Amino acid sequence: MERNEVVIKAGKSALNYWREVWRQRELFWIIGKRDVMVRYKQTVLGVAWGVIRPLMTALVMVFAFGKIAKLDQDSSIPYMLVVIPGVIIWLFFSQSLSQISNSIVGNGNLVSKVYFPRIIIPFSSLLVGLLDAIIAFLIFFVFCIYYQFFPSWQILLAPIFLILAYLAAFGSGLFASVLNVKYRDIAQIIPFVVQFGYFISPVAYSSERVKNEWWYPIYNLNPVAGAIDGMRWCLLGDFAKFNWPSFISLLIFVIISVLFSIWFFRKNENSFVDHL
Amino acid sequence: MKAISIENISKKYILNHKKKKFQNLKESISGFLGELFTSKDEEEIKEVFWALQNVSFDIEQGDRIGIVGSNGAGKSTLLKILSRITEPTNGQVKVNGRMASLLEVGTGFHPDLTGRENIFLNGAILGMKQQEIKRQFDEIVSFAGIEKFLDTPVKRYSSGMYVRLGFAIAAHLEPEILIVDEVLAVGDSEFQKKCLGKMKDVSSSGRTILFVSHNSTAIQGLCNKAAFLQKGNLVKYGEVGEVLHDYMTSISKFQLQQNWETPDNAPGNDQVRIKNIEVIPEFVNGSKNIDVRTPMKINIEFWNMLESAHLNLSIFLYNMTGECVFNVGSQAKTFSKGLITGILEIPANFLNDGSYYISAMIVKDTADPIYFMEDAISFDVADWREGTNWYGKWPGAVRPINISVKTWKVDGLI
Repeated sequence: MERNEVVIKAGKSALNYWREVWRQRELFWIIGKRDVMVRYKQTVLGVAWGVIRPLMTALVMVFAFGKIAKLDQDSSIPYMLVVIPGVIIWLFFSQSLSQISNSIVGNGNLVSKVYFPRIIIPFSSLLVGLLDAIIAFLIFFVFCIYYQFFPSWQILLAPIFLILAYLAAFGSGLFASVLNVKYRDIAQIIPFVVQFGYFISPVAYSSERVKNEWWYPIYNLNPVAGAIDGMRWCLLGDFAKFNWPSFISLLIFVIISVLFSIWFFRKNENSFVDHL
Repeated sequence: MKAISIENISKKYILNHKKKKFQNLKESISGFLGELFTSKDEEEIKEVFWALQNVSFDIEQGDRIGIVGSNGAGKSTLLKILSRITEPTNGQVKVNGRMASLLEVGTGFHPDLTGRENIFLNGAILGMKQQEIKRQFDEIVSFAGIEKFLDTPVKRYSSGMYVRLGFAIAAHLEPEILIVDEVLAVGDSEFQKKCLGKMKDVSSSGRTILFVSHNSTAIQGLCNKAAFLQKGNLVKYGEVGEVLHDYMTSISKFQLQQNWETPDNAPGNDQVRIKNIEVIPEFVNGSKNIDVRTPMKINIEFWNMLESAHLNLSIFLYNMTGECVFNVGSQAKTFSKGLITGILEIPANFLNDGSYYISAMIVKDTADPIYFMEDAISFDVADWREGTNWYGKWPGAVRPINISVKTWKVDGLI
């Protein structure tokens, strides 16, 4: 039995905090696993939904952007392959963002009744989205076989962009989750952001289409654009260019938002219980 | 060795009182537009509320501490600080050893998950390692008595099953310090008995327990020390009997005596007037408040203003729900003008615990009530018991311990 004296007082040191997060790392898996298990309880199709959702999204996009808007005419590879990297990142990002921003309020019963470092809750929402992203990757490989497309070595870098997309969602979602405790307006705003965010990100088209527009530098500030461009480069190799401006803006966004949000979260986490 | 030392803990809350600003739709709209451009802080009144103020005490290892106090005394705030859910505004607490707090049973149960899945989830949330849960899994299931429903989602459990499962998990935590809040308020009496039994086991193995309850019988039976909080301040900390006595006295709104000096303002009529009515307990065994062991006398004095009246005194005892427990009367006698005293003796080990009211009636010619004084005095009988592990409410209007039940063996065959 570990014998350690715990001192409870206003304001704790950061070192102790992270040590405690590490000690309770099992909880990260448990809560993440719970979210995954709960997701498809009492559904007939179960985990099959994890396949249906990205597949339907991609099919609809291929139809709307490829066939109706006729963007597939100047694509040298099947349009489905252009769309899937965007769908992978977009679904992963939007899902993580909504989960994280609602994590503290949604687990209010835990926050007000037991102690553990609160940051474990938003962080554990990684697992749900990650599982879906892996399924979406498998779909991509199935289409690669179908179209006899062979991805190049860059595919090994794909996890990096998945992590960056997650961190972007974590940075903004964590900030929102703190605000959501006090101002439930956030719960109204997030679905809205997810809805229009889709239109300003290169989900169903390549960002190269808009690179000659005067607003292209502003467009690149969108962190999701950076993650999607990067993912497309990883999966399609020579058929997509690496977009440095959007990559750098993504990196800057991730660093600033994650650090700021963690600071903001730590500053407020002890008053959560008073507002829930 | 000190398990917990609490040093000058204070907790401040700031309450915002919002004035009702707008009376009608027009005012609401114009007020809302106005607010968009001005700061609205002026409309709010901030009030500082201290839920706890400079509370300090030490808890030795192996102590079983009961925390008592009326609603809003700061008990829950203290437990929340100790279990680290909220931070104190000032002061600090030093905790030595692994601590588990049980502020609610079934914390973090997910309704869609099965009993089995929830055992692992809840155990982890309460601080158990997965290995520990696996080791104790069978024991938890049989303690809760849910073997058949292990793979049913807990949303289909009855509320009793839900609570039993929650407590079973918590009971197998094996912490060195256990903090329990009012879990006994839920569940049926059989389950409460099981909980208290389990807590007794825990305490006899030398672990430290902090226990908040309104059930003073349970505190008396389980704890060796108690802390009495009132309006955020620690009023008394020490041996459980003394603290409970102070607590009971502070909450009792009971009136043991009513007394009038002269007949002019005394209650009554032109035939009789009450001078004095009181309960006189005879404390035994060093107790300081009335409990079920305490014999007492009801003393009634009244002025008789009638010449040669044939009077008797009738005394009614009511319990808290207004039922008459008994009504006894004196022999009718002929009295001349003057002061008359009557005494009723209530023996020890007769009344049950609870609140009682006394009414007195003076009857003329054994049939004609000339004055009835309702709810004249009241008193509270505290519980006391030994030789039992049962701490729930003892049933019955009275508890005549001297009427005994005898058992003996008549046959060796089964």
